[in-house]
Amino acid sequence: MFDRLARFVTRTHGRGAPDWTDWLTYAYLLLGLLLMFGPVVWMVLSSFKTPAALNAFPPSLLPYGQAEARVEGYDKPLPLFRAKLPDGSTRVLAEARRIGLVATMVDPQHPDEQFRVNIGDRQPERRFQLATGNYTEIFGKFDFGVYLWNSVFITAVATLITLLFNAMAAFALSKYRFRGRDGVLLLIISTLMIPPTIILVPNFLIVAQLGMLNSLWGVIWPAVATPTGVFLLRQYMLTIPDELIDAARMDNASEWRIFWRIVLPLSAPALAVLAIFSVMWRWNDFLWPLIVLSRSEKFTLQLALNAFQGELTTQWNYLLAMTVITLLPVTAVFALLQRHITTGIAASGVK
Amino acid sequence: MASLRLHNVVKRFGDSTVIHGADLDVRDGEFVVFVGPSGCGKSTLLRMICGLEGITGGELYIGERRVNDVPAAQRGLAMVFQSYALYPHMTVRQNLAFGLENLRTPATEIESRVQAAAKMLRLDTLLERRPTQLSGGQRQRVAIGRAIVREPAIFLFDEPLSNLDAELRVAMRNEISALHRRLATTMIYVTHDQVEAMTMADRIVVLRAGRIEQIGAPLALYNHPANRFVAGFIGSPQMNFLDARIHARTNGAARVALDAAPADLSPAIRVADDVAADARVALGIRPEHVRLDPGGGDEIEVPVVIERVEQLGTASFVYARTADNALVTLHVAGQRPFGAGDTLVARLPIDRLHVFEASEEGRAITRQDAAASAHAAAR
Repeated sequence: MFDRLARFVTRTHGRGAPDWTDWLTYAYLLLGLLLMFGPVVWMVLSSFKTPAALNAFPPSLLPYGQAEARVEGYDKPLPLFRAKLPDGSTRVLAEARRIGLVATMVDPQHPDEQFRVNIGDRQPERRFQLATGNYTEIFGKFDFGVYLWNSVFITAVATLITLLFNAMAAFALSKYRFRGRDGVLLLIISTLMIPPTIILVPNFLIVAQLGMLNSLWGVIWPAVATPTGVFLLRQYMLTIPDELIDAARMDNASEWRIFWRIVLPLSAPALAVLAIFSVMWRWNDFLWPLIVLSRSEKFTLQLALNAFQGELTTQWNYLLAMTVITLLPVTAVFALLQRHITTGIAASGVK
Repeated sequence: MASLRLHNVVKRFGDSTVIHGADLDVRDGEFVVFVGPSGCGKSTLLRMICGLEGITGGELYIGERRVNDVPAAQRGLAMVFQSYALYPHMTVRQNLAFGLENLRTPATEIESRVQAAAKMLRLDTLLERRPTQLSGGQRQRVAIGRAIVREPAIFLFDEPLSNLDAELRVAMRNEISALHRRLATTMIYVTHDQVEAMTMADRIVVLRAGRIEQIGAPLALYNHPANRFVAGFIGSPQMNFLDARIHARTNGAARVALDAAPADLSPAIRVADDVAADARVALGIRPEHVRLDPGGGDEIEVPVVIERVEQLGTASFVYARTADNALVTLHVAGQRPFGAGDTLVARLPIDRLHVFEASEEGRAITRQDAAASAHAAAR
């Protein structure tokens, strides 16, 4: 495992020793890795920081917390500092109390010994510490479970309906000959040219008329018909030989059965690609849910994240934790289905 | 099992007509081969019979039932496709069972029919494989098996062997013929390969450009082609054609002058009565009937120059040109020491000649009388 990894990351473009082009390539890839992956790593690490650590300057990459120690004679654990004493020596001391610029500090080993230290002469003693409370507390503090469920429901149901409807449309457009077929396809594709913001108001009016405001279905239905999905699936289905469908017809299969048993299974790579797209679109969707859903118990995660950003104060530690949780499903879906993406995109000839 | 009848069947795509009124009677249990060059409409005709292609005009009967408007699934036919069209995501067993499942056949019945077909086609060890794991011949057998389990009234084959290599093609040809003998079901087989047509068919239907040119038993087509196209299409190497002019005609016979030697008149050749004197004709003769040595009977002698020789060991094909640059192919038995540039005298026996009109249709105008047919049969 590890030697395979080592061999993989030390590959050169020719045989033998690395060339200058190899160094250049690796430097470029490393830069890309830092640019792409760095912020994500920083965000994940920061989501484990306490509010104090988040505000600390200079910022640290790893989540550090203030080291604390229990000292005899004090009820609460006392924060530890590395203090410079008047005699010039440096010792690790616990802060008993602080008045103004002067702190009264004790040695954790000898609680009787007290020192008065100017706060400019001491550095907080830091220790690696994961503030997992950020994650556990958000479930109790807010309706996080509700937001998560709303997001999952919308994403899952909308993706299933998208796959089904787009596949049916693509099947008809790729395998049936009928008058105006190309016109219909052109019409569907041409809707790609209309930015969603332009049809925002008409869409809203329709959803409002149908009484789907503040309902998750109001987010799901307008999104299921996607021209990209129809086009992607149609291009893929064109590669399924007509003879297969003829053979199924000779085998007494109804058109519906041909669709379910022959066309859908053979379109699996393209369906996987569309599933990934659809999950990402629906999960990250912000503008449309923002308009349709105004009651907080109907909020999706993205709306909740936004609402959580207060006007005056923002609890960054919770916000970061929620953001990480929000990222997870998309990452998981991508990791599971990414194998299909390359084949699907290559075969359907679209991006 | 069923008979099949086409009456003036027409197919049009928009303005272009692809099938111009086909008439055909296929008897119950007969093996009929549609043959013709690519684009002649033979596959279209087959797809019209099975219902995958609509019928623009005319009547189609399976047994006594008019099926013009009956959907493919309900015609009770089974088809083997050129590309096999096996469902790639299903195992061999599922491929075989799919059609029966759609008919809501009981599971036990499906199982026994699949087993029987698999046994007959030696697929019993491959039932759990997927089509991609099979060789070309095995895929072909699965495709045939899928047709067999349905127990159809008529089997349709659409160029099923064209994707196989030569050796396998011969083997599969025999298997399909054996299958026909065993099942005795009506079979219609489309091919562009005249060897397949000759070896497998009870009757051959020759098509060209959407028209049926001739229908007949393989040897009938070979010995008495109805026109120049059929004569050229059936037989390999192709029949030789020499342009000529009818010179003098007497009762039922005519003397012709070849363009290669306009001054020489041939012996009397039997031609149909309605041929005008002075008409342009084409004389056809098969390569194996051209002689190099005098054969006793009446002959036309044509001097030719050898262009190329193919030695096959048991026989030699000599490709030569006449004075008017027409190609003459000779099929000579044994190994002969000919070389390019040699001059020969090709002898065309009168009783082996076919005479065709010089028109585009090239209708055969050889006189078909009892004596000539008996003579041909005796040879």
